[in-house]
Amino acid sequence: MRWLLFAAGLLATALQAAGQVAAQDMAPESRRSGYEQMGRETRAMQDEDNANPATLWVLDGEAAWKRKAGTANRACADCHGDAATTMKGVAARHPAPDAKTGKLVNLEQRINACRVEQQQAKPLAYESRELLALTAYVGRQSRGMPIEASVTPATRPALDAGRALFRRKVGQIDLSCAQCHDENWGAHLAGNVIPQAHPTGYPIYRLEWQGLGSLHRRLRNCMSGMRAEPYEPGSKEYVELEYYLMWRARGMKVETPAVRP
Amino acid sequence: MANALITVPKTAKRGEVIEIKTLVSHTMETGYRRTELGVPIPRDIARLFTCTYNGVEVFSAELHPAISANPYISFFTVATESGTIAFHWRGDNGFAVSSSATITVT
Repeated sequence: MRWLLFAAGLLATALQAAGQVAAQDMAPESRRSGYEQMGRETRAMQDEDNANPATLWVLDGEAAWKRKAGTANRACADCHGDAATTMKGVAARHPAPDAKTGKLVNLEQRINACRVEQQQAKPLAYESRELLALTAYVGRQSRGMPIEASVTPATRPALDAGRALFRRKVGQIDLSCAQCHDENWGAHLAGNVIPQAHPTGYPIYRLEWQGLGSLHRRLRNCMSGMRAEPYEPGSKEYVELEYYLMWRARGMKVETPAVRP
Repeated sequence: MANALITVPKTAKRGEVIEIKTLVSHTMETGYRRTELGVPIPRDIARLFTCTYNGVEVFSAELHPAISANPYISFFTVATESGTIAFHWRGDNGFAVSSSATITVT
């Protein structure tokens, strides 16, 4: 009887240890971009701007950057000037708290806030071609820079909420993000190699989509694959998850606009 | 809106084989898909791509529904003389895009 209790105790300790291992954040040295898991041809598409269809959106974004909009009749460029210098590094440090409201906002929401407040224009719909184009253009200016994702006491709760969502089992399949992307990356899910899910290149040109899409579209894809109810694009939950993912990928290089299979 | 991305070498030696790369913005809707309500989505694809070198056709390709959106076409030609290399895409619903690049042959 005593032996049995001891064995049960050992088992409980072992399970607890396993739980702790699974609950740890991915070790920085074992991280790799989804780029490294792609085939040669897909990597070649991303490597050359003129072979990367996302360049079409970047050029659209450049045009939108210079186009006057809203009742203020101002273009992004009228305040921010040359994006190559003023927007350098901006995508690498989003999501970030809004200076006025303190609310955590991602790059798409930052662009829309500027549109509403400064240009006095209608916000662009999430996932619309123009918002994707502007995001890709602004994101492109940070290409090659390390992701920053700084954490302050004020943003710590959002990071924790994002991490909790990443690890929460959801949906009919009862699966968490971590089970695939922390514990089984490199394995196959049907014909696809499971990546580590680092948001290094958004918005991405995804071959499956035959077009450009945001991180929130990608999250929706994963959620519906898990047979879970997806959140709304731009929702608090997705922004928190995005923040955690960016923090998890801190130091990795921005690839925007990336190509993915 | 950005329509086409062209890569042509600015200069080349006479007789040199040069690579030309093109990418055009197009949805390439196959005509085989349906909306969520089951209504067929009409076909809308680019059908023909041609490349002319100082007015002489050096390459052409017919495109079909299985070809991906934003089709990328790369091919080789021989640099014969300085001038203009022009690209034309034609397709369903009056789709027409043209672009060109100049090359100096020494």
